[in-house]
Amino acid sequence: MSVFSIEVGLAILGLFLLALEAFMPAITRRTLAAISMGGVALAFLLFLLVNKSATQMPEFLQAYQQLDTLAIFYKGFSLLITFLVLWLTSQCAGYLSKYTVDGRLSEMFSLPLIVCAGMMWMAGAKDLVTVFVSLELVTVSFYVLVAFARKSALALEAGVKYLILGALSTGILVYGIAWVYGATGSLTFEGIAKALANPETVKLPVLLGAALLLAGLGFKVAAAPFQMWVPDVYQGAPIPVTTFLSVGSKAAGFVILTRVIDTFFIQGSLIASEVHGLLLIGGALTVLLGSLPAIFQTSVKRLLAYSSISHAGYLLLALSAHGSTRLDLSAGGVVAFYLATYLPMTVLGFLVLAILRINGGGEDVTDFRGLAKRSPLLAFVMTVALASLAGLPLTAGFMGKLFVFLGLVDQTAWGALAAAVVGAAAGFYYYFKTILAMYTSDSSSSSQPIPLNLWTKAGAVALAISIVVLGVYPRPLQSMLMESPATASAAAH
Amino acid sequence: MSPLEIVILLPLLAALAIWLGAPARATSVGAAVVNLVITLGLVFSFKAASAGKAGFAFESARIVLDNPAITFGVGADGVALILTLLTALVTFAAVWQIGDDKPAIYHIASLLIAAGALGAFLSTDVFFLYAFHELALIPTFLMIGLYGHGEPEHRKAVAWKTTIYLGAGSLILLAGLVWLVLEFSGGGKLTFDLQALRAQAALTPLPIEKQAQIFFVLLLGFGTLVSLFPLHSWAAPAYATAPTPVAMLHSGVLKKFGLYGLLRIALPLLPQGAQVAWVQEALLFMLLGNILVMGLVTINQKRLDDVLANSSVMHMGYIFLGLAAGTEIALRGAVLLMFAHGISIALLFALAGRMRNQLGTLEFSKLGGLGEHAPAFTVLFAFGAFASIGLPGLANFAGELMVFVGSFMNYGSTSFGPLQWAVIVSLWGVVMSAVYMLRAYRSLFHGSAMSGLFMRDPSFSQRLPLILLAAVLLIVGCCPWLLLNLIKSDLAAVVAP
Repeated sequence: MSVFSIEVGLAILGLFLLALEAFMPAITRRTLAAISMGGVALAFLLFLLVNKSATQMPEFLQAYQQLDTLAIFYKGFSLLITFLVLWLTSQCAGYLSKYTVDGRLSEMFSLPLIVCAGMMWMAGAKDLVTVFVSLELVTVSFYVLVAFARKSALALEAGVKYLILGALSTGILVYGIAWVYGATGSLTFEGIAKALANPETVKLPVLLGAALLLAGLGFKVAAAPFQMWVPDVYQGAPIPVTTFLSVGSKAAGFVILTRVIDTFFIQGSLIASEVHGLLLIGGALTVLLGSLPAIFQTSVKRLLAYSSISHAGYLLLALSAHGSTRLDLSAGGVVAFYLATYLPMTVLGFLVLAILRINGGGEDVTDFRGLAKRSPLLAFVMTVALASLAGLPLTAGFMGKLFVFLGLVDQTAWGALAAAVVGAAAGFYYYFKTILAMYTSDSSSSSQPIPLNLWTKAGAVALAISIVVLGVYPRPLQSMLMESPATASAAAH
Repeated sequence: MSPLEIVILLPLLAALAIWLGAPARATSVGAAVVNLVITLGLVFSFKAASAGKAGFAFESARIVLDNPAITFGVGADGVALILTLLTALVTFAAVWQIGDDKPAIYHIASLLIAAGALGAFLSTDVFFLYAFHELALIPTFLMIGLYGHGEPEHRKAVAWKTTIYLGAGSLILLAGLVWLVLEFSGGGKLTFDLQALRAQAALTPLPIEKQAQIFFVLLLGFGTLVSLFPLHSWAAPAYATAPTPVAMLHSGVLKKFGLYGLLRIALPLLPQGAQVAWVQEALLFMLLGNILVMGLVTINQKRLDDVLANSSVMHMGYIFLGLAAGTEIALRGAVLLMFAHGISIALLFALAGRMRNQLGTLEFSKLGGLGEHAPAFTVLFAFGAFASIGLPGLANFAGELMVFVGSFMNYGSTSFGPLQWAVIVSLWGVVMSAVYMLRAYRSLFHGSAMSGLFMRDPSFSQRLPLILLAAVLLIVGCCPWLLLNLIKSDLAAVVAP
């Protein structure tokens, strides 16, 4: 048994669930949720087992897939976030079904499995074709998921925007791949790297291809100046899908970016300095265009969307610190570390938002008023999540930012560092604004207690604890990602 | 497990317990008492524990991250211990005086601020030193914004101003610390461990100009947190607006973090940085701003809480003077003054809080003759006010004297430089303190009583923490060596060559 069979199993389970409702219309939401969550949980357990014993892949895959530390990490990450998204979906099922045709939700439980399989393939991709195919598997599934709440106008708007811009970015990406292939004569990362290190390669076409490639991927990870779609799409999509976009889709984009950047930054690469500049400028711009507009947001969902943009900026800045030997983590390792810290805080934030929504609240900052009275537990875990998103020390968010800042100082990128600091300072304002609202109560705010079931409580507390643990004791996570420099560079050479 | 870890964790656990539903007052007072007892035990056993070894006593270290090397390390030297004692005393007084009618969040916030301060003072790792201070930021912000005095709009504005200033100061500080860590790691593994950094600093000091630059960044960062002029404008409104326990803990204890950081990190690692002329002149300019400008501002205040808040900003100038001088006497004086100021301002804020509760106003023009019906209260206020002026026999005097003498001597040199001029000018600050404190005392407690505004003496139970603080002022004032003896060679290492 290998990781590959788990991925195939997931995809098959997804298709099976998709077909199931056609043949058994009477099947309940609960059963569907149980099957799909059980499937992912089983896959995760198997993954942990397989991962230890035999990491070998079937012969025919070796040309397309690799299993380095980074790949294994991202595969586990995909399973985890998929599980959490399914769990979130089952929590929101009641209110979500009001917005869907006939109250049906079955695709919400089957498509994430296919997305998950796609993300897992992406994590181990060795060439641009595999990247493209798995990326499309993910993106096309998201087209459906984003527009899932069809009775809501916002969701439809989001769906159309995501479809058009997604298709456009795919086009740009393919165009970039074509240029890169034309210029280097190869589609594998290894081959491209070899061509880049060869001084006889013509520089301009490669550079054009690289720029287009980065632009296409920039769309996927919401990097400036391709970030405009994010707030509207995040706001319109159902909350579980927004979570999935914000964490899963972003991680998927960044694993590819890590591979691509590793390739572009190969020893003696023709285009290293240009790509480095693009990353720094793009990252700094993304941080600013995410953080500064966030100050003026009144909807927490939109606020989290802008925050997601600014985090993408930090991740890009982390990637720019390629070749820094000061940290035990490679640039890709830092990105993975940052994403791992980003997962619990984002999921927790959206969970609280979803619970408010289920209980009849809106998504505005004012709807958070009096939350401390209505549910002290929710207010507390949300405080932890927001503090972590803001990057307060002793939370996971700070550790991630610390690595990014260290990397920037190390490469003396003062301009980018200044942008990162401004972004972090703005973050203090807009996250604290929400914290303050939760503890303020006035006559206009609802005072109805929020009922929570045991699972919600347990999940929220577990996420909050993981935020604090990652912030205070990040050593295990770091050592998990530690071998990556050796393997990643070995793979790139 | 080191006793210091217990001291840090206890308030955190107590806060968690209260949040989970434990009786607020009993839990927080209990935790504060236990912490005070442990701290006193540590103070008494410090001599034996630190005998015959350099560096820290009661040490413990837990590795949190390998590279950059970050350890949850705790340890105490004399300076840290004195500030821990200050924290334990003020925390005890602050949570004790919280009224029964206040919600549990008062206790939780006070304990969190105390834990942040204790963690910052006792950490031997720059990372945790910084992180613990940040921990205290959220409760301060929430308490000012939600339960501060004045109109909702006003207190929200004050809460934001405080948070933005402190947040920005923290980021500047973080940048300075990261710079420091990168410079001292010399291309190798990054470390945040204070001892390792010190060893590196002793082995290969940085070029002087670089020391000066980093020192200046750290000065701006730490300075914002200590309300160094002209980065001070958040402090006075924050203290005047904050609920009493928060004002006591923040102005009395947490603010000292900035000074402690300079003493603990900036001076030992960048010994020559502070002595470079442009840094020195900038620092003297800023601290004279604290003393003279804020002194005049304080004189002009019309309400007791504004006077106390501004005076608290002003007095930081003396401590900065001690740090600027960098002689051993001045530094010891600065540490003593940090302790004394913390106790006296906490006492004064506690008393002002009581007055506001009973009278509903703190405006001088509306009050008078309060001493007649509240003799004990008046005496306690006199202790705080006179200590704050620097009357001999109370703790602040010894500290101020040592700072002035130590700064004036400046390594026994007979030359008359900017520092000496600064000492002479800042001596006028003492006069200003006398003007505003005595005026406040006179207009509040003497003269004819205003109609309907009477004070009652606090009950014995409410008096207890206040008497404790006043007694500490007296004891340390008469026997400053009790504390000074704890600082053995710690500061000798800091003194610039």
